[in-house]
Amino acid sequence: MDKILEVKDLVVGYKGKNGFVRAVDGVSFDINKGETICIVGESGSGKSVTSMSIMRLVEFENGKILNGEISFKGESLTTKKADEMRKIRGSKISMIFQEPLTALNPVFTIGKQISEAILFHHKIGKEEAWKEAEKLVRLVGISDPEGRLKQYPHELSGGMRQRVMIAMALASEPELLIADEPTTALDVTIEAQILELLRNLREEKKMSIMLITHDIGVAAEMANRIIIMYAGKIMEIANTLDIFEQPLHPYTKGLLESVPKMDGQRGVPLKSINGSIPSLNEIPDGCRFSPRCPFATEKCHQEAPAMETRGDRQVACWHVDYLLEHSLLDVEEEGEISIES
Amino acid sequence: MNHSQEETSAATKEPLLKIENLKKHFSIKGGGMFNSKRKIVKAVDDVSFHIYKGETLGLVGESGCGKSTLGRNILRLQEPTEGRVFYKNTNILEQNNRELRKLRKEMQIIYQDPFGSLNPRFTIGQIIGEMYEIHGIASGLEKEAKVKEMLELVGLDPSRYHSYPHEFSGGQRQRVGIARALALNPEFVVADEPVSALDVSVQSQVINLLMKLKKELGLTMLFIAHGLNVVRHISDRVGVMYLGKLVELSETDNIFDHPAHPYTAALLSTVPEADPKLRKVRIVLKGEVPSPANPPSGCRFRTRCPLATELCVQEAPSLKEIRDEHFVACHFPLEKGQSLKEAIELLNKEKIAN
Repeated sequence: MDKILEVKDLVVGYKGKNGFVRAVDGVSFDINKGETICIVGESGSGKSVTSMSIMRLVEFENGKILNGEISFKGESLTTKKADEMRKIRGSKISMIFQEPLTALNPVFTIGKQISEAILFHHKIGKEEAWKEAEKLVRLVGISDPEGRLKQYPHELSGGMRQRVMIAMALASEPELLIADEPTTALDVTIEAQILELLRNLREEKKMSIMLITHDIGVAAEMANRIIIMYAGKIMEIANTLDIFEQPLHPYTKGLLESVPKMDGQRGVPLKSINGSIPSLNEIPDGCRFSPRCPFATEKCHQEAPAMETRGDRQVACWHVDYLLEHSLLDVEEEGEISIES
Repeated sequence: MNHSQEETSAATKEPLLKIENLKKHFSIKGGGMFNSKRKIVKAVDDVSFHIYKGETLGLVGESGCGKSTLGRNILRLQEPTEGRVFYKNTNILEQNNRELRKLRKEMQIIYQDPFGSLNPRFTIGQIIGEMYEIHGIASGLEKEAKVKEMLELVGLDPSRYHSYPHEFSGGQRQRVGIARALALNPEFVVADEPVSALDVSVQSQVINLLMKLKKELGLTMLFIAHGLNVVRHISDRVGVMYLGKLVELSETDNIFDHPAHPYTAALLSTVPEADPKLRKVRIVLKGEVPSPANPPSGCRFRTRCPLATELCVQEAPSLKEIRDEHFVACHFPLEKGQSLKEAIELLNKEKIAN
C-alpha cells in the first residue's frame, strides 16, 4: 500500500521553566493512501500536538520539533521553510479544528473566507472562486448555499460552522485531512451528521483522514486503524476490529472497559483505571502507564518498553507475548495474571 | 430483573419531589443592534413530573434543551417564572429566604466544571468546611473532623485538608465538589453533568463513586447529562428533553429498548458505540435544534421529525401515559417493539397508498 504520511521518532517539546517539556516523546506511525486513521487519547496524551506538528503549527505556540522526521509522500516536512510550509498547509494537507467559531474570522462573510482559500490555491478569478465556494458549501450539505455565503460566522450554528470549516478544508482538494476533535463541541445528533459527511467525503474524494478524538466510540465508527496514545507516547497501533476484539495494551483494555456499554448491565460498578493521568512535568520512570497498570512488574517501573511489532500490530508493552496468548478481556481481576519478568 | 430495578419499583410509591407545570422564561434583546424589542426564550416550558424517593432520575437532551435550567429551577437557584415544586409536600417556590435556607441543607447540587465551581483562593478544608459554618452545624476542630470524614468518604486523602484546588487533578476536584454537596447529608442531589468534563479513564471512577454514595446514603438524585451511555448505566428512570419540553419519561430499560418518541429513537440510533461490529441502522436527523426564542408551532420536534404530519404543525402534544409508567408527548408514538425505521417505512407506504 502507498504510504502518504510517515512520522518517525517524533519528539515535540514546549518551553517550560526548566527547559523543554516533551509533549510528544518518540512517536512513529504512518498513514496509507485512502485510509482513515484515528488517534485516540485522553488529555495530555499528545494527540493534538502530534497533528499540529505535522502541519508545523506547534512553532506558533512556543513548541518545537526537537527530533524526528515527518514526510509527506516522500518529501520531508520537518526541513521545509516557513513559506514552503504555508503552501502545503491547506493545500495538500488540510486541517479542521474542534472550535469552528474561533477558527473562522468573525468580520468576513463565509463566502469571502471560502473563496479566499480557493484563490490562494488556484489561479482563477474572484467570481469563479465564489461559484466554486458555492459548490463546496453544497457538497458539505448546507442548504441555500447562495444565502449562506453572504452570512457571517456568528449567524451560523455550531454544526453549520463545522460544515463551513470542512468546506474550506476541501477547497484545495487535499490528499490528507487532519480533523482534530471535529465533533467534540457538537451535540450527538449534529455529531452524527458531521461523521456521516466525513464518511461520504472520504468515499467521494478518496482522501486519507487522520481523526483525533478522545471518544473511542467515534473511532470505532470511523477508523480503519487506531493509534492509542498515552502521556506523549503511542501505546498501541492496530486495525479497528483487533483493538476492540483483543486489545493488547493494558491501557487500551482499561480505556475500553471504562466506557459504559449501551447493552451492558446497568448499575454495576464500572471497571476503571486507578489514579490519574500524569502531568508532563512528572512523567513516571519506565513505562509511563506502569503506576496505573494492574499488570505492571518491576521491569515496567524501571525501563520503558520499545514498540514491538507482532504481525500487523504494534504494542509498547514488556508483556506483549504473554498478552498475545492470553486475551486481556478474559483476565478479570488484577493479580490473576502472572507474568515472569 | 436485576437488583436496581427492584429498588425502583419499591421506590415508586412515594414521590419526594413533585414538579408541576414548571416554566422558566428568559427575556432577551431582539436580534440586531437597533432592535430594542425583547423576545421571550422559553427555556423550560410547562414541565411536570415526579422524582421518587431513592431513585436516580436521568435527564438527557442536547444543549439548549433546558435540562440544566430545569435542575437549577427545581432547587430555586434560579427563580422559575411559573409553576410549583413540591418537596415533601411543601411548595418550595412559596418559601421565604429563611425557610429556604433550611431546605438547602436537604437539597444540593454537583456542578459540571470542577475548575470553575471551586474558589481557587480557598483550601479544600475551607471550601467544604464552609458548608458546616454557614448552617451553624460545626466549627473549629469539630468542623475539621467532619471535613476529613467527608474527604475519606469520597476517596481523597484527609491529609490534603490544607491543599488548594489547583493542586488536584480534574477527577479529584470533582470529588471535592461531591464532598461539598454531600457534606450536610442531603436527601436530594442534582448532579449537573458531573462527569462531562472528565477524561474517560477518570469518568468511570466518579460514576462508581456516585453510585456507591447514592446507595450508602440513600440519596435521591436528578442526574443531568448528555452522555446517553452514562445515563443509561446510572439511572432508574430517564426523562428526555427537547427544546424546553419533556418529551418522554419512563424506566430506563423502556427508554433504551422501546423508545416511543421519534426523537428519543433517533437520538439513541446516533450514539457512536465502542464496538465496530455494531454498525447500527442510524437515523440521522435533518437540520438542527431550532432556536428556543423562536420555536416551531405545534410539536417542537416536528421540523426534524421524519413522522410529522399536519396535526403536529397544528397542535402541541401533551405528555401522556401510553403504556405502563411510560409517558410520551407525541401524536404518533412508536409501538412497543417498533423501530423508528419501521415507522418511517410504514408512513411512506401510507403516503404512496393515498
